[in-house]
Amino acid sequence: MPELMYREALNQALAEEMERDANVFLIGEEVGRYNGAFKVSQGLLDKFGSARIIDAPISELGFTGLSVGAAAVGLRPVVEMMTWNFAILAMDQIVNNAAKLRHMSGGQLRCPIVFRGPGGAGGRLSSQHSQSLEANYAHFPGLKVIAPATPADAKGMLKSAIRDENPVIMFEGERLYALKGEVPEGEHIVPLGVADVKREGTDVTLITWSRMYYFCMEAAEALEKEGISVEVLDLRTLRPLDEEAILKSVRKTNRAVICEEGWALAGIGASVVDLIQSQAFDELDAPVVRVTGLDVNMSYAANLENATQPDAPKIIAAIKKVLYREGA
Amino acid sequence: MASAYSKDLLLTMYRKMYLLRRFEERAGQQYTLGKIAGFCHLYIGQEAVAVGCNEAIRPDDYMLSAYRDHGQPLARGSDAGMIMAELFGRGSGYSKGKGGSMHIFDIEHHFYGGYGIVGGQIPLAAGMAFAARYRNEDRVTVCFFGDAAANQGAFHETFNMAQKWKLPVIYICENNRYGMGTAIARTSAVPEIHKRASAYGMRGEAVDGMDALKMYEAVKDAAAYCRAGKGPVLMEANTYRFRGHSMADPANYRSKQEVEDERRNDPIPKLREYALKQGFGLTDADFESIEEEEKRTVDAAVKFADESPEPSVEELWRDTIVEPGEEDVRPRERVLGVKVTNWPKYPSGQELKVTWDLEPRAEAEAADKKAGLSR
Repeated sequence: MPELMYREALNQALAEEMERDANVFLIGEEVGRYNGAFKVSQGLLDKFGSARIIDAPISELGFTGLSVGAAAVGLRPVVEMMTWNFAILAMDQIVNNAAKLRHMSGGQLRCPIVFRGPGGAGGRLSSQHSQSLEANYAHFPGLKVIAPATPADAKGMLKSAIRDENPVIMFEGERLYALKGEVPEGEHIVPLGVADVKREGTDVTLITWSRMYYFCMEAAEALEKEGISVEVLDLRTLRPLDEEAILKSVRKTNRAVICEEGWALAGIGASVVDLIQSQAFDELDAPVVRVTGLDVNMSYAANLENATQPDAPKIIAAIKKVLYREGA
Repeated sequence: MASAYSKDLLLTMYRKMYLLRRFEERAGQQYTLGKIAGFCHLYIGQEAVAVGCNEAIRPDDYMLSAYRDHGQPLARGSDAGMIMAELFGRGSGYSKGKGGSMHIFDIEHHFYGGYGIVGGQIPLAAGMAFAARYRNEDRVTVCFFGDAAANQGAFHETFNMAQKWKLPVIYICENNRYGMGTAIARTSAVPEIHKRASAYGMRGEAVDGMDALKMYEAVKDAAAYCRAGKGPVLMEANTYRFRGHSMADPANYRSKQEVEDERRNDPIPKLREYALKQGFGLTDADFESIEEEEKRTVDAAVKFADESPEPSVEELWRDTIVEPGEEDVRPRERVLGVKVTNWPKYPSGQELKVTWDLEPRAEAEAADKKAGLSR
């Protein structure tokens, strides 16, 4: 199986879906002649022309709304947000129009559209450029929210998202784009709404998504050497949550740790904890512990930036806590 | 002297304007009776804008509006009973009672909705026009919005793209002079909205929105301009609402004298006076019989709405996410059992050939070069 970078896997998904369906077009800042701020759309302008790979002005609300309108009359836009921080300007169009067209029209309209771009900390970019905003979007009925961690999932889930009949919000990551992994060629589809056990284990369930997945794997491997068996569950889709997969794993290990890059209050992890305590309370051997970004704005200084985010040592400490092996 | 307009066109416009007026009078009355709740923005006084416009475009042209949205679908030919039922919050409304007064959608008649966030529909309309160009169709999109929406970012961001990409969209600003209770000149550096088009090199013009025939002429010309691929148009229709912003607004911010003066400029008698003088042999009795017919239509609409049940509670769980294989809801089929034949069909991704070169390479390269030189 070929090894691809995350960005190359996304590029492959876009090219394949655009080849398959002329209703699909890509719009965003720098997606065309510049070949993408993060090179996700490399080579696509030459291949598909300027009506299908569109360099948009820096008007996030404007080109997002334009794309929602195009989707309402049968096209299938893919809207690239240079980062999700900038997409806050477009949130009205996503939340008030895309997520509600089906509802307001009483089922007459649908809005098949993908909004995608990097979320999370980019690396030494300070507070405006380093936010994990997936919880904001996961809050809204009418949207689907995905955050794949691996190149294979990125490809398979983007293909599913483009074929979906609903608005799909896709969180990628500036620090994920250059990561490599095996990616199946051609028709590789990963369904939305399905979590994936990336590593089997018996002592504790470690629930995560997107870039935090790599810290979780690092922690799981380190703990294996200490005789602790960690199951890593990659949620991949944040709305709808794969509740069955979460409960199945927790019922097996009886303990859970949730790791998310974003802030704790009203985070996705809070909903996962709620699910576990309401559905599997009797099967828990310890309170669920969350590892999250600290409740502060992100700083530029390297030491402050690192201290703000979760990492493997913090995850290891949380796992030891739910195993009552603190200090071990 | 032969009339510039056919008798049929004049009578159709009169009939529709009267229908809109009567519908809104009854909606206002039903609101005070507690049958309609929430926000209810009446179109009384502005009828010439929607009707003059609708008669100047094709039935398959796209249309969408803000939340003052009962008049446009009525002009398009939507079922009055089903709109009234939507206002009543009943299951037989166009959106099953989920949208209410601010969100009328009738896709069969290419009316793509009323939107409740000021200016939020402006970029959507550009996207619908974009889709028409993308598919090489010659259809235009008409987007209505109020004067206060011209101060939203969406207005400026969209006009820049629409002009740059020559999108076939007519933006009709229904300038009724007040954004809710605030006179437009109090919050606008340039209260003549159409002048703002010049900032984008876009065609902009003002029209007497209290005259259906002037609206008809202006929109006809703008639609031909759009269909010829020349780009978008901003049309400021100067109009006036005879009632408050919504049913909750007694409109104390304007003088009785102002409203009385404007009522003397009522577009409905104006059209009637005009038609009577055109040598068609029309008499007052012809107009009275049209009025009687439309009164009966609206009476029946109110009765239909009042007798319709509320939506079933199971409806809560529909129309949020489209499930795999799920079809779109065709309201008149669902409610009236009518076979809907003109539901929009789009080419599949395999049939569609995109030939539009949105930004020809030579143009882009020339722009790059120029930017380099100017430094």
